[in-house]
Order: sequence, then C-alpha cells, then structure tokens
Amino acid sequence: MNVFLFFLLTLSTPLLAADQNLIYCSEGSPVAFNPQVTTDGTSSNAASYTIYNRLVDFKEGTTEVIPSLADSFDVSKDKMTYTFNLRKNVKFHTTKYFTPTRNLNADDVIFSFNRQMDKTNPYHLVGGGIYEYFQSMEMDKLIKSVEKIDQYKIKITLSQPNAAFLANLAMPFMSILSLEYAEKLIKEKNKDEIDQSPIGTGPFIFINYSKDNLIRFKGNINYFEGAPKIKQLIFSITPDANVRFQKLRAGECHFIIEPSPSDLPIIKGDKKFIVLEGPGLNVAYLALNTSKTPFDKLEVRLAINHALNKNAYIKAIYLDNAIVAKNPIPPTIWSYNNKIEDYDYNPKKSLELLKKAGLEKGFETEIWTLPINRPYNPNGKKMGEMMQADLAKIGIKAKLVTYDWGTYLAKANKGEHQMIQMGWTGDNGDPDNFLNVLLSCQAVKTGSNYARWCNKEFNDLIQNATIAIKKKDRINLYQKAQEVFKKDAPWVTLAHSTVYRAMSPQVKGYKISPLGHDIFTHVFVE
Amino acid sequence: MFLLKKFLKLFPTLFGICLLSFFVIRFIPGDPVMLLLGERGNDPEVYAQMKKSLGLDLPIYSQFGNYLSGVFKGDLGKSIITGKSIISEFFSRFPATLELSLFAMVFALILGIPLGILAAVNRGTFWDYFLMSGSLIGYSMPIFWWGLLLILLFSVNLGITPVSGRIDVLYYIEPWTNFILIDSLQREVISQDGFGPFISALKHLILPTIAMGTIPMAIIARMTRSSMLEVLDEEYIKTAKAKGQTNFKIVFKHALKNALIPIITVTGLMLGSLITGAILTETIFSWPGIGKWIVASVNQRDYPAIQGGVLIIGTLVVLVNRSIDILYYWVNPRLR
Repeated sequence: MNVFLFFLLTLSTPLLAADQNLIYCSEGSPVAFNPQVTTDGTSSNAASYTIYNRLVDFKEGTTEVIPSLADSFDVSKDKMTYTFNLRKNVKFHTTKYFTPTRNLNADDVIFSFNRQMDKTNPYHLVGGGIYEYFQSMEMDKLIKSVEKIDQYKIKITLSQPNAAFLANLAMPFMSILSLEYAEKLIKEKNKDEIDQSPIGTGPFIFINYSKDNLIRFKGNINYFEGAPKIKQLIFSITPDANVRFQKLRAGECHFIIEPSPSDLPIIKGDKKFIVLEGPGLNVAYLALNTSKTPFDKLEVRLAINHALNKNAYIKAIYLDNAIVAKNPIPPTIWSYNNKIEDYDYNPKKSLELLKKAGLEKGFETEIWTLPINRPYNPNGKKMGEMMQADLAKIGIKAKLVTYDWGTYLAKANKGEHQMIQMGWTGDNGDPDNFLNVLLSCQAVKTGSNYARWCNKEFNDLIQNATIAIKKKDRINLYQKAQEVFKKDAPWVTLAHSTVYRAMSPQVKGYKISPLGHDIFTHVFVE
Repeated sequence: MFLLKKFLKLFPTLFGICLLSFFVIRFIPGDPVMLLLGERGNDPEVYAQMKKSLGLDLPIYSQFGNYLSGVFKGDLGKSIITGKSIISEFFSRFPATLELSLFAMVFALILGIPLGILAAVNRGTFWDYFLMSGSLIGYSMPIFWWGLLLILLFSVNLGITPVSGRIDVLYYIEPWTNFILIDSLQREVISQDGFGPFISALKHLILPTIAMGTIPMAIIARMTRSSMLEVLDEEYIKTAKAKGQTNFKIVFKHALKNALIPIITVTGLMLGSLITGAILTETIFSWPGIGKWIVASVNQRDYPAIQGGVLIIGTLVVLVNRSIDILYYWVNPRLR
C-alpha cells in the first residue's frame, strides 16, 4: 500500500513553484539570441526585451518612444543630428562565460551600430553579414555617421531628416551589445558565440538554451531600472497551440502565447484563466494589381471593394477575433484617419460600376490565396472561397491559385498575380512602416507594393511626412494620404486581427504590447 | 573479405542518398532566401547578397560538387537558419529521438508480444476478436489525435503525467550525453536534487512512449498472432502435445522461440520507420528531437539541414540493416 502511495505521489504533476519562477509557453525556437541578425517574432521575444536594451525603447504596452540606455537626447532643429546622453550606471550581465570589467559606454553603442553598417567591422560578416532589418529599413543609407563625443555621449548624423528615426532606434534590431565581450571572443577565436551566448544590459540574464526545448533566464539584480521581481524566467517551447493550452490547464505554464482561436471561448469562459486581448498592429488586405487589366480601371477596383462581404469574413474566418479594416494602417497607429468611410457591401453598386467600366458581363481572373496562416489571416484558402462566391454574384469568375509560401512571395514580388491576399504586421508603430513599405512608388520596385500602385499625390504626401519636423504636420499628411488611398482603392482592406494571450490569474503586471512583444520586466507571480 | 565486400557496397547506396536528398529538395518549389525575407519584399541587392552568402548563386552542379567534397571531409555544412554546423545540430537532438524510440519499441514489444500470444492461443474466441480489433484500432489511430487524447485524460483530467517536454523545466541539468535519463543521474544532479530529476524525466516519457509505441505495438501483436498460429500448427507442437506437455510449456518454450524470428525481423525494420512516428510525436509533446527539426527544416527550405539530416538517418538505417544481414549470415550457415 505504501509503495502504491509513493508511486502515486511521484507521478503527480509538480505544482509551479511559487518562488517567483515564471514559465512562459512560447511557440517556437529562436534562431539566435541577437535581434540584429534575426527577423522573426519568436527570436525577438526570446532576446530583445529579456537580454537587451536600446538607446530608446517603446513604453510598455504602447508605441511611445521613451529614453532607455540613453537617459536623455537632443534633436537638432533640422532633425539631422541626434545627441544621446548615456546612463552611467548600466552594467552588462555577468555570466559563466563573461565577467564585465566596466559599465556601458559610448564604445558599446558605436560597436553595435558598426557591426551592422561598417563592412570592415570584425563582426560584420559573423552570421553571414546580413542585417535584414537594418538594411531593409535603409538605416545604412540614412545614418551618415555615429560619433563618440565623450564616454557617455553619442552623436548620430543623418543624411536626410527622417521622422521615424527614433521609432526605428527603439526596434529590436538596434539592441546594444557589449564591445568588451566582443573583444574577448575575438581573442578566443570564437566570434560566432556573440549571437548564441548573449551578453546584454536587460532585465534578464541568459543562463542556457536547450534546443527546441527551453530557454532559461535569471533576473538581473543589477538592472538599471531595478531588479525584476521574477527570479527565474523560463521559455518552455511548445509549438502546438492546443498543447500550450493543455499545459496552462495542467499548471505547467503561467502564460501562453497565441491560444488557438477554437480554444478561446473555453479559456474565456473559465475563471481559472485570464485572457488579454489587444488590437494587433496588422492589416490583412487583397491587393489588386493595378499594372494589369482590368484592375488598372478605378471602376473595377471600386466594384470589387463593394462586392466583398468583409463582415462575413470576420465571422467565419477570424471567429470574430478581428475588426473590419477600412484604412491601410490599424486604428492603434497615430494618424489613423477615422473620418474615412468604408465601401459598403453592395453587389448592386458593383454591377453598376462594372457596367461603367464596360465589363457588365464580368470577366475571368485569379485570386491568390495565402498558403500559410499568418497573424493577420488565419485561413487564406477559406477566405478565398468566400471571396470567390462573392465575386461570382457580380459575374467575376475568379480562379483560386496558391503556391508554397516561398514561391508565393517570389512570384508576387515580380507582380505575376492579379488579385492577391497579403498582409503586414508593423514593426515600430510608425505609419511610415506601413504606408511607405507597402504603398510607395519605391516599393513597386522592391516588390512589397503588391498592388503595384504608384500614385504621385500619395507618394509625395508620405515622402513629405517622413521629413516633416512637427508631428502635427505628419499626422495631417498621413491622413490626407489615407484619403487618396481610399479614393483610388488599390486594395480591399480586409481586417485587423486581435492579439491574444492567456495566463494564470497568479500572473500580475503584464501589459499586452501592440507590437506583439512579450515583456516580463515588471511581471510577477502572486 | 566478406565483411569488406558488404561494406564497400554501402558506398553506392550512400551516394544515392546524397544525390536524392540534394536534388529532391531543390525540385520542390520555394526559395530559402525568399522565405527568410518574408512579406518584407526585398531589395534586389539584399536578396543577391544573401543568396551569395549562402552559396546558392552557384550553378547547381557546383553546389553539389561542393556538398560532396564537404561530405568526404566529414563536413555537412551549416544550417541556413541558425548558421550552426549540421553535425552538431543533428547530434544534439538525436539522443532525444533515440531515447524516445527505444522506449516506444520496448513498450511495443512488452505489450505486443503477450497480446499476440493471447490472441493466438485463444484463436476464434472473444479474446481473439477483442484483441485483434483493438490492435486494428491502435494501428489506424492518428498519432496527433491519440497524443492529444492521452494528454487530456492523463495530464489534464487525472493530473498524473506532465503534458509535454522532457523534464520538469524547473530542474536545471547541464547536458552531458543529451540522454536525459543518463544526464539526470549525474553525481552533481543527484547531490543537488536527489532522484527528483530522474523520476521527472521518466514521467515525461510515459505519454510520448505510449503515443509513439501504439502503432508498432499493434503491428507486433498482429505479427505475433499470425506467426504463433503458424507455429502452433506444426508437427512438433502436436508431438509435444501428444507427449503431455503443459500448455504453458508448449507456448512459451516450443512455439514462441520459433515464432519470434519474423517478429525480430519486423522489429528491426520498424526502427527506421519510427522516425516517421517521431515527427508527429515530437511535435505534440514538444519533444526536442530530430523529427521536429527535419520538418522545420523542410518548411524553411534549409537545404543543408535536410541533406545532412537525411544523409545521417539514411546511413544509420543502412548500417543497422547491413548489420542485421551480417548477423543472419553468421547465424544461418545456409546463407553463406
């Protein structure tokens, strides 16, 4: 009997230790522990806001830029020069593999910039020499120089004013690394380790990573903002959303990322869990290739806008976990133009518009449907079928086409499509990050303007907004740009999906981030 | 001489694996560079630079030549995604898969053989039908569904097993062999946490073992039944019965020994196919093994990881099969 009891006791699942351990069930394995060289959200969550800080950061739960490693900064009148004053008491992490001998200073900042922008930097080619964010946001062209004024003062000169520059600096890829650690690794001929065994200044210190299994951090008692309450932070890598929820139910995690939409009603209905939801910084859209007939005709584009029943998609595809989109930027982004009226669902009007365009008999075309689930669109194929049915009502026979994700992107970049489902998740909360990347004339050349829509009026507005000095002016320009966009209808804006996190009620102090990051600096377990 | 000949014959097979794994993945549409860039669109300059740095700008025959010369030097290249050596990526995960596969196989044998015997001995009775239809269900059960069902029952409702992972995350074990059961018995671990980590690792093995072992168990049970039935009809069994031997002795001493031969052959072959089961089991139970790794590599078109992974697994399967061939040759002189 005793043996049986012992067996049962050893079999029972251990309760989560209350000693300020937080177990976060994440969705995947990080590629590296350095946001300079990674682009995926998983890697960013694992390193950006645990291990590192930047000169400026986003205020938790918002897209507002606030001082971080720099405790203050000045911007010149012409917005071409930024001077940052660094904090003097910032310590780099002490780990098994590195003990810093000095605090953070200007050399570390310069090193972190130079690794990405200076081809002669000894670390530039480590990991392949590709700094996708840095390069695709054209920081290499924008930053003219980074100079050290003194140990704690940095001057950055730009080649032209750019209003989104500060927001860009707060993005994960601008994290600050330790030069002293980098030099140590050069001496040990082990440069690759910089991205795998990280040293930063952030609230959590990296302990170990067991591949595809877990990442372990400990709270940084020397953190410049004060030690986090969590002593041990563990990322338990659980790719299956259903299993993540079961782990939450079984008490094996405190916090789960992206619960499956089908589990949401159960989680919401159970008092043992808390569900946080926030508007996602994303947009799903159907781009109409304006370089091809008949989508070069405004009437056709408007007809399609009136023909698609977006409310039905929100119900059937997003299970109501999204809102209808009327603008190319989500409502959480400043300068969102709420005055704009969306095209209503009105097949009759569509028929009239088609008649005006001389296409009263309809036409044959293709809709490319997303081959994989993305945060902004959980089921491209099903949405495609619904769109097909809607368009059939106005005489447009649309064939559904899809390719695997890599091919889909490659062909779409070349503009081979007619209508294509696409979407975007913002990086820094700046409207430029949507409007310029997705709709500028330059983006037709680089491929990310899938409507291949180059409208001079729109383009001038967003380019002027980039160099405008006052925020009020930028807001005005972006709002006007949204009006031009709506009138010319190069897309059917579809949805902004909602972001979810589920957690145990023991977890306190967490704020959902509009940028999709999970930040645990001020979180604690009750 | 014979052994040498047998092993020399391995090379064409391995060359074939290299060739297939290299070209098949390249015939599948999808560009690894585009996948890395995502919706971001791309600057043609960045695209070209990335392609060059990965060596994908070279003509395909030069890529294959470089790959082969690397293989001969024991270098399978670096992963496109993580930039780490394929050999280290593979062998840091392989122990997890091997550990789980061995447990699943032992589970399948320990349950499958007795169940098969039970069905054979009670041929045509309720037990026979019950066990064989049970094994048919076991055989046709989709692993992902079965795995989730096990989690719901044992972990969520009964709370007696953990949901997923290899060990309770609060235990910190420095990897040594990457076999968690061995690593959790290191002296330092025991002195710090006692046998807690070892018991936790065992508990974490229960559900994945059942999920992964169910299909092999069903196959073994059916094989054992038919093999036993064949043997039980043999003349020497009738002789044993006529001599008044007990049923127990007839079944276990005379019949089982001969019935086991085909079962062992099937078990050997099944070890290779366990990898397929590992892919699903590892995904459901967040088991950090090579099944999950290879699937992720295919999705991301991580060419070196797929080529390397397939080559190593292929080599291991070929080696195991060749060793079994040699073993037969040793055991059965008629084959010489």
